[in-house]
Amino acid sequence: MSQNTEQVFGQIQPKRRTRTGQFLENARRFAQSSLLGTGAAVFLIFIVVIAVFAPYIVLLRPDPLYQDYGALLRTPSLEFPMGTDGLGRDTLSRVLAGTRLSLMVSVSAVVISKIIGFTWGIVSGYFGGRFDLFSQRALDVLISFPSVILALLLLVALGAGVNTVIIAIAATGIAGTTRIIRSVALLVRETEYVLAARMIGAAPLRIMLRHVAPQCVAPLLVVASASLGGAIFTEAALSYLGLGVPPPNPSWGNMLGGILVASFKPPWWLVVFPGFAITLTILAFNLFGDALRDHLDPRLRGRLE
Amino acid sequence: MQTYILRRLTLAVPTVFGVTVLIFVAMRLLPGDPLEHIYGENTGIYVLSEEELQKARASLGLDRPLVVQYASWIADIARGDMGTSFWTDQPISAMIIRRGPLTMQIAIVSVLVSWLVGLPVGIIAAAWRNSALDYVARFFITFFMAVPSFWLGMTFILITVIFFAYKPPITVYNLWDDPGKNLQIMAGPALALGVGLGAFIARMSRTQLLEVFREDYVRTARAKGLGEQVVMWRHVVRNALLPVITLSGLQFAFLLGGSVAVEQAFSVPGLGRALIGGIQDRDWTIIQNLVFLYAIVFVIINLIVDLAYGVIDPRIRYQ
Repeated sequence: MSQNTEQVFGQIQPKRRTRTGQFLENARRFAQSSLLGTGAAVFLIFIVVIAVFAPYIVLLRPDPLYQDYGALLRTPSLEFPMGTDGLGRDTLSRVLAGTRLSLMVSVSAVVISKIIGFTWGIVSGYFGGRFDLFSQRALDVLISFPSVILALLLLVALGAGVNTVIIAIAATGIAGTTRIIRSVALLVRETEYVLAARMIGAAPLRIMLRHVAPQCVAPLLVVASASLGGAIFTEAALSYLGLGVPPPNPSWGNMLGGILVASFKPPWWLVVFPGFAITLTILAFNLFGDALRDHLDPRLRGRLE
Repeated sequence: MQTYILRRLTLAVPTVFGVTVLIFVAMRLLPGDPLEHIYGENTGIYVLSEEELQKARASLGLDRPLVVQYASWIADIARGDMGTSFWTDQPISAMIIRRGPLTMQIAIVSVLVSWLVGLPVGIIAAAWRNSALDYVARFFITFFMAVPSFWLGMTFILITVIFFAYKPPITVYNLWDDPGKNLQIMAGPALALGVGLGAFIARMSRTQLLEVFREDYVRTARAKGLGEQVVMWRHVVRNALLPVITLSGLQFAFLLGGSVAVEQAFSVPGLGRALIGGIQDRDWTIIQNLVFLYAIVFVIINLIVDLAYGVIDPRIRYQ
């Protein structure tokens, strides 16, 4: 009997939800709600795996920097599935290696801009007053530049290089994030639980960290996933213009640079493959971002579908 | 309305001031000064002696305190004088007048293209929601939102070169001088940019239309016996397209930035290529003034969009 009760109660007792358990549960619901978003997520995981293991995958292929003068501008074949460029470098190796750089630059840029925007937005929205007024004007200035132009200006100031590209792209994402987080923080500031926290004498820092910040995480994730595609685009455009990731290191953007200048028999494979890599990645980020937004903010789901 | 305009204009003043400060600081952040980059011992192309450097600095006014340099730059801009190129000594305002119209033209035509492509697609997708047509439209919308405009341009070039052995002319032809050549230069970039923008327009108009379909006044219109066509065009479309028009204005951000790479792809001699050329040559006056021009145009367009929205939708004015 006693054993029996124990069994029964053991079953009745709610399962303790661990963090991983919660994540998996969320992931399961996400997968159920959006097939497209899941497909995009799987594709993105695939790309990340390529980016992480690029140096090892590349071992199977010619080195992305190796110039084979016996094989200049080859059309795609079994030996070179994506052809070779004007210096005899294997395009497939370069696209794979470019995955690493392009992803690394865009993801770091987004992470940096989101951290700054998150902090700035919460502080600005929570404190309000003169600081908020001043920071709003500062954001007006940042927002007054088309993003590629702002990135160009910063690259001129900081000099070319992988790190400066990251900083330049990050700078273009700060203003938008801050605006959105600030608007959320403004709403949260007026809620009763923040009032209650203030009543019991919680310090502003504690209120911001424990009460305001958690409410801003979901919008932050939505903004971040939405801006990853944009970061990939900006990186590609800057590198294409020869001002981003400096050669010879391949990024998808700089592989496209300067190849259509000369001839009337243009090497189409050099245009098509890196371009598709960029497009598919942006596409996947967009689809995943949309699905994530629907998942985190179900109110929007019906409206935007 | 007047107070609204006045308020928006007063807000623009500190913004423009901030823009000039940011540009100026960015351009002077570099170690040393511009001349060192051109004539310096390690970095430069030509090497000048210290004395010659001093002289060159003095002639360009670079030996003055930064505040004075800044003030004189602002004073020059206010007079409409953007200085001369470091290298060629040609006035920058002349360059802008020569190349600017082309860039502006491309921007305007690509907005037109985006409407011509985007609005019908969005309206059709919304009208036949969840039909095969809708799915096809959404596929293309999603795809073209992801395609980088400059790469789309490169594929256009590939196609025209491979199949038609055709390349557009690469010097400036103004619309009023030679419309045919002008169109040849413009068509590619405007299409490449316009299709991408059109995808956003289509998506936005589709969601907006679907939302308006649910409004009470649409049900009322149907209930009082109006034909589906009349409901659609007079009640739904008119109300749904307001935000779409605003989006168009905001897309200028993308357009001004994106056109730089597209101009490069098509070798269009517009302002974007002038800016890139300036950066490659380290031509500081060109960079400083062109970036300023881009920012100013952007601020003005946003201002116009805001004001226009205030005119169309009176609720905005009282916020």
